[in-house]
Amino acid sequence: MTSPLEQKIKITGPVMVTANRVGDGAVVYRRADGWTTALVEADITSSAAAARELVNAALADDLNAVGPYIAPVKLNGGGSVEPGNLRESIRRNGPTIRLPEPFALENRFARKKNQDAHVSL
Amino acid sequence: MYLYDDLDRTLVAERVADFRDQVARRLSGELTEDEFKPLRLMNGVYLQLHAYMLRVSIPYGTLSAQQLRMLAHVARRHDRGYGHFTTRQNIQFHWIKLEKLPEAMAELAAVGMHGMQTSGNNVRNVTTDQWAGVAPDEIEDPRVWAEVIRQHVTLHPEFSFLPRKFKIAVGAAAHDRAALRIHDLALRLHRNGVGETGFEVLVGGGLGRTPFLAKTIKPFLAKRDVLSYVEAVLRTYNQFARRDNIWKARIKILVHDLGAEAFAKEVDAEWRTIKDGALALDPTIVDEIAGRFRYPQYERLDDGPLALAAARRADHRFDAWVNNSVANHKVAGYAIVTLSLKPEGGTPGDATAEQMDAIADLAERYSFGEIRVGHEQNLVLPHVAQHDLPALWRALDEIGVATPNVGLVSDIIACPGLDYCSLANTRSIPVAEELTRRFRNLDLARDLGRLHINISGCINACGHHHVGHIGILGVEKNGEEFYQITLGGKADDDAKLGTLIGPAVPYAQVADVIEDVAAAYVELRAHPGELFIDTLKRTGIEPFRERVYATR
Repeated sequence: MTSPLEQKIKITGPVMVTANRVGDGAVVYRRADGWTTALVEADITSSAAAARELVNAALADDLNAVGPYIAPVKLNGGGSVEPGNLRESIRRNGPTIRLPEPFALENRFARKKNQDAHVSL
Repeated sequence: MYLYDDLDRTLVAERVADFRDQVARRLSGELTEDEFKPLRLMNGVYLQLHAYMLRVSIPYGTLSAQQLRMLAHVARRHDRGYGHFTTRQNIQFHWIKLEKLPEAMAELAAVGMHGMQTSGNNVRNVTTDQWAGVAPDEIEDPRVWAEVIRQHVTLHPEFSFLPRKFKIAVGAAAHDRAALRIHDLALRLHRNGVGETGFEVLVGGGLGRTPFLAKTIKPFLAKRDVLSYVEAVLRTYNQFARRDNIWKARIKILVHDLGAEAFAKEVDAEWRTIKDGALALDPTIVDEIAGRFRYPQYERLDDGPLALAAARRADHRFDAWVNNSVANHKVAGYAIVTLSLKPEGGTPGDATAEQMDAIADLAERYSFGEIRVGHEQNLVLPHVAQHDLPALWRALDEIGVATPNVGLVSDIIACPGLDYCSLANTRSIPVAEELTRRFRNLDLARDLGRLHINISGCINACGHHHVGHIGILGVEKNGEEFYQITLGGKADDDAKLGTLIGPAVPYAQVADVIEDVAAAYVELRAHPGELFIDTLKRTGIEPFRERVYATR
């Protein structure tokens, strides 16, 4: 397998470098002085050479981030940055589904528990 | 329940201590990710899209109430308050932090749980029928044999670095509820012509990008030989399988390339050298293992108590649930109860910490403290007195796990897909959720009858889409989510792989397509009692294909 350091980089638009933080797996984005969890603060480039530099620097920082790679972004007017595909959108925003709501259930459950002494819960 | 001994407890405790040290060294930078990754994978720790994921082993899908409570505790304390039950009868937590993992693992170890061999190229959790030990159509409890194998392959040095992962299932009932034929190795306990019990051995099943059903390489294997034969299969696989290509490294490829007969000859040659050695099973050892399974002290009860009949007459919702989710037990007066983790609009297989705690309480009150996990991503209370069913139902209904859709169109098996998984190309869960909304009408679902939908978000097929009556496989096309639809798959004793019906359809059309398939079935079936899978067998897929693509 070709090392990421040796992979040819083909870029057709603006990109950033992203990875997961070592301690908690959170999604992080590369910038000149390290990592950020805010995509808007990430270094963005449309140059293959600059992207290579970014990913090489990210790979060198194995202590803080896991599995850096280059991913597309969309630049909108007014300087806002959006993930360039669904995968990156989910990484940034979380699952597209509603996650379970434990507290709502707990409350409903507690109410019923008081009503129905027959069932020991 | 199986009672672990000191060896098990020591092994798990030592693994926690090892992992705690490994995590500390990773966080300090002493270990690189390349060095650490194989170590975390040996403990079921993956890195997914936006967090680490911990997969916890549930041997043969059997849980105690105490263990389920601990899973709830881990979900609440270290994750986001829920867990996801998988098609391998395990549970996984999707948001756990590496920093917290040693503590979570220590807490799990306190109740004999761990993540060993839930990832990596080793023998994974040995699965079986979730009704093991209580099914009326069972010859004997297959978990005893699953446990024999578990003990042998746990940390077995020769099988810790196999060419790829290796999945074993054991079944012992007339009806296959363990999806035996999609396993790398399956053992089916049965009786031969003279009434002796032994195993049919099947190898080379598996899904993924090259799906195969397992083939029988030994019609009857004596019980004493089960370990030596499993060892011979694993050795043959280890020796001959390809290690140069990850996509061709599973045993299914080797068995296909060599041919089942030639593979069986290689296994036999190996087996002859070891069958009468240390691995020949001493019946006293098997008895000792069987003796560590604790069975309930059932009361002497009659089937069909009057109170149950009255409750069914009094409440049609309860009656519908009994019809759907309650199965016959081998002991008179008792029942097997399936808890649906497939609510309308919910994620298949997810349970909140509160639900897990409540189910643990209910298991203690109504099921001798025992819970099972089925590969269909539902839970089971295996020992419920029939007279307790009304009270149990009320409690299950209250926590949202009494949807009477078990085995019906909305009882969907789905992988986590792109909402969590770094391997996925497309989402699975939103597709499943939309389908449960489309088929929310339980009268309609009951009219459709037994109909299994399986969804995978990529070709790795964790949602077993190849063996769904309706299979849905997500594929990416130019950055967009598309889904291929297959029909006619089955994972039971008459297992079959589904047939692709045509071009993939976009995400927004999947639920419409499945509704079209269901409507076509209703029109095509010979009579209301003809199951979807039987109609399909009679008509072939062409009328379904025409219906789906006529207007697309």
